[in-house]
Amino acid sequence: MTVLSVSNLSKCYASYASNLERFAGWFGAPVKPTEEFWPVKDVSFSLSAGEALGLIGQNGAGKSTLLKLITGTVRPTGGTAHASGRISAILELGLGFNPEFTGRQNAFHAGGLMGLSQARLSELMPYIEDFAEIGEFFDQPLRTYSSGMQARLAFALATAERPEVLIVDEVLSVGDSYFQHKSFDRIRSFKADGTSIILVTHSMGDVRSLCDRVILLDKGHVLKDGPPDEVVDYYNALIATKENDKLTVEQRREKDQWLYSRSGTKAVAVESVALTDSDSGAQIKTAVSGQSVTVRTRIVAKEDIPELVIGFMLRDRAGHTVWGTNTWHTGQVLSNITAGDKVECRLRLACALGQGSYGLSVALHTGDVHIDNNYDWIENIEVFDVINSDRPVFVGTSRLEHAFEIIR
Amino acid sequence: MFRTLWQYRHFIISSIRGDLKGRFVRSRLGGLWFILHPLAQALIFSIVLSEVLKARLPDTDAPAAYPIYLLSGMAAWSLFSEILMRSMTVFIEQAPVMKKIAFPRLCLPIIVGGTALINHLLLLVALFVIFIFLGHIPGRALVLLPVGIVLIAAIGFGLGVILGVVNVFIRDVAQVMTIVLQLWYWLTPIVYPVNVLPEKYGFLIGLNPIAPLVALYQDALLFNRWPDPGSLIMPAMLGLASMAFAIVFFRRASPELIDVL
Repeated sequence: MTVLSVSNLSKCYASYASNLERFAGWFGAPVKPTEEFWPVKDVSFSLSAGEALGLIGQNGAGKSTLLKLITGTVRPTGGTAHASGRISAILELGLGFNPEFTGRQNAFHAGGLMGLSQARLSELMPYIEDFAEIGEFFDQPLRTYSSGMQARLAFALATAERPEVLIVDEVLSVGDSYFQHKSFDRIRSFKADGTSIILVTHSMGDVRSLCDRVILLDKGHVLKDGPPDEVVDYYNALIATKENDKLTVEQRREKDQWLYSRSGTKAVAVESVALTDSDSGAQIKTAVSGQSVTVRTRIVAKEDIPELVIGFMLRDRAGHTVWGTNTWHTGQVLSNITAGDKVECRLRLACALGQGSYGLSVALHTGDVHIDNNYDWIENIEVFDVINSDRPVFVGTSRLEHAFEIIR
Repeated sequence: MFRTLWQYRHFIISSIRGDLKGRFVRSRLGGLWFILHPLAQALIFSIVLSEVLKARLPDTDAPAAYPIYLLSGMAAWSLFSEILMRSMTVFIEQAPVMKKIAFPRLCLPIIVGGTALINHLLLLVALFVIFIFLGHIPGRALVLLPVGIVLIAAIGFGLGVILGVVNVFIRDVAQVMTIVLQLWYWLTPIVYPVNVLPEKYGFLIGLNPIAPLVALYQDALLFNRWPDPGSLIMPAMLGLASMAFAIVFFRRASPELIDVL
């Protein structure tokens, strides 16, 4: 069932030769703006009940404007956004709060601003008080609150009633990690109850863990709309190659839905990557938890480059980073590579992983991160399984050394 | 439109309460300040003008007639200028809320108007106490005071919202208006009685829509005489017209208002 449908939504900010012309325009005079700026143009998508959409893109991509258009505070120039129920937007926490009011009074006050009736707010008040967890401060003036307490109250109020569509704009980074978890759980339970969610964030971890689908916005357009890993990897590749005119991004789905994506200038390129057993040197597809493995990477230079850093990263099935580092951090930067040079990199690892499937990514670049001079960057070039054969069963991706000591 | 505003009545009421609270809370004399200000001003003017300039009021034998005259006129003027100035800047002050929460924006000037009205009523009560202290009890003409309050509020609200919308696009408006209001204050017989004005400037008073309303206050609170109904036609028309135009203008401007805030 479609809960929110957005079709050809556009917003234009117009400048006029003079303000008089602008005023005349409101009363029907035919006025031409001198300049137009379209922060959002022809955006269409629809959300079904319980679907969570992540909205990503660089600053100025039009994310916030799009949210305001859907929320209804900014009126669209063209297109429509139609929701089949109540939209609740958390674009900023604590808007409309009065510092002289107590937490309770503010909940009534700002709740009224959000369009909730006083009777409904009275019913919700015990929940708000309970969720905010600010104790007796709930009946103290807001000015005595810490910013974290304000955020708690604001979030409790904003999520007091389950809306059909919940819009969240980068507000989950406030507060301590306990409350962040609690907020996320709240959003997840809304989702489970059928609320559609639109989340804007710069945290790709949040996107991967919460969203079913991601839209990448660029200059007001939808650049990519698809599953989180695909869009997020594409976005990362885009950032890395932003400065480069030789932009190439290649993506495809491998076996078991692992997403392979490759970007970079290819001034130096990866020829092959192989996962091998450290002792025998034999290539493997499955590693035993605790086994010593070696990643053999062959690299060939096609151009002269002053500096080369080789980086590796392991991700689990959900796309969370398990581990990663590069030769910049280990102080093994290669310098003065000339065209035709071949490099072999052997990365020896103790496979201290839990059972599951893992993707290995490799990146060739300069500096400590792959943002400047991305030569070749391949996500999930090698996918392998880890099995646990010698340890008692444990869950999770990390094989932590452990021992129980039980006293009775 | 009025139905959605009605749905937001609790927000409007609690905002007014918050505004009043914010004004008085945490200053030692709290609520007293809003009466101390006009009193101090009246005292200064009384000393400077009634003693130094020997200003004399006709048609009254009330004790302390001049301070009462001053306070009555100043009360009327302060209602007008407060509604006007605050409606003019409220959109800019509340820009973050307007940009990020969907609610009827007309609530904002209504809150401003409501706050000013309640403030004004409190001021009138305080003035009454002072008048009694000065040995003067206003007469029957007092019943017309609400007419003055309504008309002043209407003109202030109407002009304030229109100028407030323009001010969002051209920020100089608020600056210019502070000067215009100063001039306007002195062109209105508040500090001086209307009869001290030279004959040739009489037309200025005739053009001033606030002058008859200030006179109504002075009549009601000091002279105890009925105002000339004809003098109220112009302010009433202006009040109605400016309110109506303000609402239309505001609704037309509303989408673009957010864009430039």
